[in-house]
Amino acid sequence: MMEKLFETLKLAFITLKANRMRSLLTMLGVIIGVTSVILLISIGSGLKVYITSQLESIGSNILYIMPGEFDPGGEGGGIQGAGMAASRLTIAQGKQLKQRSTSIKRVMAYTENSATVSYKGKSKITQAAGVSYEYPDIRDEYPEIGNFFTLSQQEAAKKVVILGKSVAEKLFDESDPVGKKVTISENRFTVLGVLGPQGSIGSVDTDNQIFIPVTTALSTFDMENIHGFWLQANDQDSIEQAKIEAEKIMLRTLDDDDFSVIDTESLLSVVSQILGALTVALSGIAAISLIVGGIGIMNIMLVSITERTKEIGLRKALGATPKIILTQFLIESIVLSVGGGLTGITIGVLGTLLINQFFPAVITFWSILLAFFVSVMIGVIFGVVPAGKAAKLNPIQALRYE
Amino acid sequence: MKILQLSNVSKTYGTDSHSVTVLKKINLEIKKGDFIALMGPSGSGKSTLMHIAGCLDVPTSGKVIFENKDVSKLSEGELAQIRNKKIGFVFQSFNLIPRTTALDNVQLPLIYAGVDIEERQERSKKALELLGLKERITHFPNQLSGGEQQRTAIARALVNKPSIILADEPTGNLDSKTGKEIIKVFKKLNRDGNTIVLVTHDEKIAQIAKKIIKIYDGEIV
Repeated sequence: MMEKLFETLKLAFITLKANRMRSLLTMLGVIIGVTSVILLISIGSGLKVYITSQLESIGSNILYIMPGEFDPGGEGGGIQGAGMAASRLTIAQGKQLKQRSTSIKRVMAYTENSATVSYKGKSKITQAAGVSYEYPDIRDEYPEIGNFFTLSQQEAAKKVVILGKSVAEKLFDESDPVGKKVTISENRFTVLGVLGPQGSIGSVDTDNQIFIPVTTALSTFDMENIHGFWLQANDQDSIEQAKIEAEKIMLRTLDDDDFSVIDTESLLSVVSQILGALTVALSGIAAISLIVGGIGIMNIMLVSITERTKEIGLRKALGATPKIILTQFLIESIVLSVGGGLTGITIGVLGTLLINQFFPAVITFWSILLAFFVSVMIGVIFGVVPAGKAAKLNPIQALRYE
Repeated sequence: MKILQLSNVSKTYGTDSHSVTVLKKINLEIKKGDFIALMGPSGSGKSTLMHIAGCLDVPTSGKVIFENKDVSKLSEGELAQIRNKKIGFVFQSFNLIPRTTALDNVQLPLIYAGVDIEERQERSKKALELLGLKERITHFPNQLSGGEQQRTAIARALVNKPSIILADEPTGNLDSKTGKEIIKVFKKLNRDGNTIVLVTHDEKIAQIAKKIIKIYDGEIV
């Protein structure tokens, strides 16, 4: 049995090698399909791993309050609405949160705006974060040079700024920026310090940020409402209580669809939900090319069987049963599709390693297994019709075929 | 010893209203050691007769007894096994598989018979040697002359020790000199005890056989 299978495999290789160009072109459809499915799954998984690790590094005793409704796993399908609704959150609510709760240690109101920061003719477009003086303690990130702003500077809405590493490098090169005046949205700000390097998310530069007091941010960017709160619970065990307390306090001034209190875990579940759906959808589109590849295989098998009609007749005359002929051509189409599949897997893995230089991408074992299994199935599904046709050929007519 | 017996064998093609009867109640007996030449003009039904005798086809009515076994009602798979073990075919156009060597071509029936690789190669080499092709074992069909190709095909027909060799116009694609050589080969094989049925329309070739059967319009005359 094994020997017979080996014989059939050998025969398939000889036949496919004899038509090298044709075999290669036939495989191309499967190669492209498998490669793109593997790459897309790798990118999806890489992104998921990256975002998960980022969120986990924030710490599990952190809660967020966002404007709008946030309903992970609910019928609305995740974060729809949250963050997109017009914010009704204010700094005053933050003060209430701090005063009226027992389990919340720190409250930080924040805003996010895009801004151009310039110094002596050099400028950089950057993310201006309005935060509170407690930002370094909550994120566990402290200035490398100089200091963060203080509570009193925050309350007085002073025009002070802490620069991200790459902003400082762009504007000041090697020189010390502390005490210098930079221009942000036509306002002059005094540089208090520079944050240490955070590293980058693939090609996204996380050091391209500046931090100003949230009070200053409201007046500078002419806003009435903040974009959200970061809450830090006393410890990990009090996170549930902190959530309940925060909701209760917020309801004093707002309706329950004006805000949502979210913990890291539900944020994670939403992120993986979205990325998962996106990966499946994109891979599904890529999988269409696999079907096209399968049709290509079927087409070439039909051509090949017509070309070899006489040979099939001869094999039957010499004692090949219909089952043997069926197996022979089925194996030929499986060799084509699996050959394409393995090539696609190789290119996909190499491509993932390459992409990983610029963007988080992770090779997952199950995607390789899936690709292999799918390519075997393509060989079977699209090979069975031509092979069945060959098996059914009448030996006399086949022998007479010219 | 009787190898093949056809009794009242008829073959009709087509539907009832447009049917063509190619063979009409043929009775034929082939014994071990026979060398029969089957003659007839084209359209006489000699090819159909050979197909039925070679278990490539089954009759519409009548019985085909092959070595005491009724093969007229067997399935395609069962017929394939009889062809594999009992019948050796030689064709006018040699029908060698172009991408494989002479040795691999000769081995083919043994692969389908499930013979293991060592025995297979040994027997195939012997068959090629017997036909004077010892030096041609690893050659591909397109590297062989017409005569050599037909001898390879004969080696393939012999390799599984069939009860009967059916040759359909084996010299039809060869020049007369090479054709004579091939006929000599058949004569020798018959002397060695092989049973041979030769389909031909060449009177001279037919004379070499021990017995001539003429078929005309679906009937033996």
